[in-house]
Parts: sequence; structure tokens; C-alpha cells
Amino acid sequence: MKHRDPKLLVQPGPLLKQPLTTSMAMRDVLIALAPATLAGIWMFGLGALLVLLASIAGAMLTEWTFLPEDKRRDQLANGSALVTGLLLGLTLPPALPLWMAFLGGTVSIGLGKIIWGGLGYNLFNPALVGRAFLLAAFPVAMTTWSAQTGSTDFFQVAASNLAAPLMHLDYDGVTSATPLGLMKFQQQSTALWDLVIGKTSGCIGETSGLLLILGGLYLAFRRDLDWRIPVSILITVAAFASLLFLIDPDRYPGPLFSVFSGGLLIGAFYMASDPVTSPLTPKGAWIFGIGIGLLVMLIRVFGGFPEGVMYAILLMNAATPLIDRYTQPRVFGKGLKSPQGGHQ
Amino acid sequence: MPKSQPDAYQEFIKGLWRENPVFAQVLGMCPMLAVTNSAVNGLAMGAATFFVLVASSLLVATLKQWIPRQVRISSYIIIIATFVTVTDYTLQALVPAIHKELGAFIPLIVANCLILGRQEAFASRQPVGLALVDALGMATGFLFALLALGSVREILGEGALFGVDLFGPNFEPWVIMVLPPGGFLTLGLLLLFFSWLAERRQKLAERLAEMEVEGS
Repeated sequence: MKHRDPKLLVQPGPLLKQPLTTSMAMRDVLIALAPATLAGIWMFGLGALLVLLASIAGAMLTEWTFLPEDKRRDQLANGSALVTGLLLGLTLPPALPLWMAFLGGTVSIGLGKIIWGGLGYNLFNPALVGRAFLLAAFPVAMTTWSAQTGSTDFFQVAASNLAAPLMHLDYDGVTSATPLGLMKFQQQSTALWDLVIGKTSGCIGETSGLLLILGGLYLAFRRDLDWRIPVSILITVAAFASLLFLIDPDRYPGPLFSVFSGGLLIGAFYMASDPVTSPLTPKGAWIFGIGIGLLVMLIRVFGGFPEGVMYAILLMNAATPLIDRYTQPRVFGKGLKSPQGGHQ
Repeated sequence: MPKSQPDAYQEFIKGLWRENPVFAQVLGMCPMLAVTNSAVNGLAMGAATFFVLVASSLLVATLKQWIPRQVRISSYIIIIATFVTVTDYTLQALVPAIHKELGAFIPLIVANCLILGRQEAFASRQPVGLALVDALGMATGFLFALLALGSVREILGEGALFGVDLFGPNFEPWVIMVLPPGGFLTLGLLLLFFSWLAERRQKLAERLAEMEVEGS
């Protein structure tokens, strides 16, 4: 009747079969990400598109290599490797050497998913595993942000994009700090409207807050994500930021800046809500989201990095099995003690 | 000893591959992960362990009749510690730079469970000749594993092998590889690779056996 670590939560009937399959869910995510992806390519130029393609190629090739031959076609067609590669690519800086993006895709699928047993068995979000690896391996390349190219030189690819494998080239383009970096190291704020429409430097897909929210709403209405997770993350971050802002408005940014800057929106809507690595129960989802929000603000405000969404989500991923274990609803007719009360 | 010749060969070869202390038994992980950020360090650590393991096995196998069962572990430790002290001072005198980098891990060879394990499981039960061959095999296997891990980490982490630059000035070092997480990652991937090889070999052997059955 009761499992200590549930993979599937069966609520009391009546039950309705949903026509939702993995490939449909993945297609919805692709549709939801399309506006932010196109905006990112438009703003950062052809180089950004190449980075996205390299990371997707790395993810899909690894998936193909390590799957058993009879499952390759199905698994690749359901698009989960494509989504992982795309999500990873969207969180990379636009001037990253292509071989690093490819390596990131490989690590995402290889160490983030396949090694755990494939889709549905991984403890951590695969795209973020790949990104964490890249950030730890190539800290300079992963924190060099190029300025937006704009429409005039769309076809200009940064020289650093085209570095030969294992090599790096000097970053020639105009580099500029991200809004969070400016805030942390130079106490300089960015206009809110620029943050909302994405006219700032940063990772390829994280800048345009408006389009990310739009895609997130689409996913929420399609029931592809648990709305509690992004909502609780955003509320926690906004509340924490308001508190700090009230204490010292000169030192800390306001709540709107905190919500729209950095990777918070893409992380909250597309990565934290990954159904494999987030809790199953509604109560668990709230705990999970609040935990991520708190960790994000702790890292941003008191940590050494300007941005902490990635580490926050990975840390709460690690806590997901524990949250699932302690938030299971009471079994009907079993008394008021929690299922872990040890009285069965 | 013509009769035990094939036996001795088996005892030697098992340490290299089938019962490799690192890839099959997963022993001695502490030095394995801690000091293998370059090939030279891996080699030095492997050589030090090599000497201690072979010398201790030889002595334990020689003295086994006189070691009382109740205090055998402490006796082994005293023997091992003696050779570790010799190694420690020798390295300090000959290669002070490497000795400094290996730091506390040279004295910690005393606590390497691979060495104590071989004394308890093999040297204290077998004739001197076999114990020597077993220790040689295990120590070579350990040295090989340390060298493999150190080489991979140095090539990716610094673009060099034994300090020789491999890729030129534009190489982008993988910082993570010289840090502790790189040790865990590389070790895990090497374990994966070697168990994949072992599985393939076993499948091949099974298929050959099947074919033989069919043939006869």
C-alpha cells in the first residue's frame, strides 16, 4: 500500500486517464521555450544559435550512444534529450566555445541522466548537472558575457565561439557584466524595463523575463508543470528581497529586480518544475519551492557568486526524495499519525 | 619450484586485472583520490606504496610462524609502519618537492587497507615466494591505477603529462580536474570503463564456451 520512496502517487478514485505522454510533454516544453529561444538568438546573433545547436547535438549524440539499440528510436523521438540540450544551451553564455557547449550536452545526458538509469530515474536536473560541470571546469569562459549584437551584425560570430576543441581564443567582442554582476560588484542597478524585455547581457535564454513568463503560463495551463513550484519560488524570492530592501534600500535591490534578473525565471518555470526531480505532493512542492527561493537569495546576497539559481535547484533536487517521504498524505482509515509514525 | 610455477603466474596476474586493488576491490581510495592530480604525484605515491607493500608482505610471510594470532594486526602495522618511515625519509631526502606535495599521504600509507588486507588475507597464510609474487602483482596493479588516474587528470586539468606541455599555449584547462571533484569523476568513469571491459570479456568467454559445446 505504502512505499517509502514513491515514484508514483496514486490518489483515491475516481481517476481519469490523461492522454499525456512523455513526447507530448516535451513538445509543450519546446513550444513554451520557443519565444525565449528565438529572442535569445535574435539578441545575441548567430553565435548563440550555434551554441544551442552544439549543446543539443552533444545531448542527443550521447543519448543515442548509450541507449540500447532497440530503444534508440523511441527515446530520441520523445524529445527529452532535445529539451535537455536546449535548456542547457539557453543557460550558457553566448560567446562560449562550441566544443564546451557540446561537452556540456554530453555531461548533461551522460552524468545527469543515463548513468542513473535513464529518463525518470535521475536525481538531479540533467541540464543543470551539465551546466554545473561546465562552470566548475571552465570558470572564465562560463562567466564572460558578451554584449548583445543587435540586428545589424546578426551574422557576426564571436571568434571565441569557434575555438578548436580543448583550446580557447581571446574574447574579442564587447563584454559586459550581467545585471546581477553589476549589482553585486559595482552596486549598479539596471532599468526594470530592460530586464523585462531582455535588453541585458547574460545567458542566451535567461534575459527576456516577459517571454519566459509567457511560456511558463502556457505550461501551467497545459498542466505540464506544478504551478506551486514556480509560484512559491517567485513569492519567496520577492518576499526575501522586499525584506532586505526595506532594511537598506541603498545596498539591496528591490523585489522586482530580484525576480527578473539572472536565471530565476527560466530556473523557476523550466528547471525546478521538472517532474522527475521535484516532489510529487502539493505540500512537498511548496516546501521545495520555498527552499529554492531561500537558497537563491542566500547565495545572491551572502555568497561569493552573483547568481545562485543553479546551485539552489540542484541542492533542493537532492532533498526531493526526503521531502517526498515526509509529505505523503495520510492513508484513508489509518489514523492521524503520519505514515512514518511507525505504528503500522 | 617448477610445480608452483603456473600458480605463481596466476597470483601475479590477478593483481593486475581480475582482482585489481582499485578497479575490482576499490581499496586504498584515500591516496587514490587525494594525490592523483598529476601523473608524477600518482607515480610517486604508487612507487612508495609498491615498496611498502612488497617489503611488508615479504617480512610478514617470513615471520608468520612467530607472530601470535591475537596480536597479528598490530604486528603487521608495526612492520608496515617501519617501511613507511623508511619511505618517508627516503623521499624527503631524494625528492623534497614531491614529498612536500604528497604531504600527509605518505605517512598515511600505514592505514592503506590494501596493504593490511594483503597481509591478513594472503601473506600470513602463504609461502614466502607466493606472498612476494602476490604483493608484486597487487602493487603493480595499484601503481597502474594511480598512474592512469593521475595522467587523465593532468592531461585534462593542465594540458600536460609529466610536466610536458601537450597542447600549446591556447589550451583551456579543465579546472575541475585538478580539484577533488575531478578525482571522484575520473575515478567513477574509469571504474565504469573497466567494468564495461570486464563485462564484455565475460560475455565473449561465455559465447566461446557455448560455441564449443555446440561444436562438440
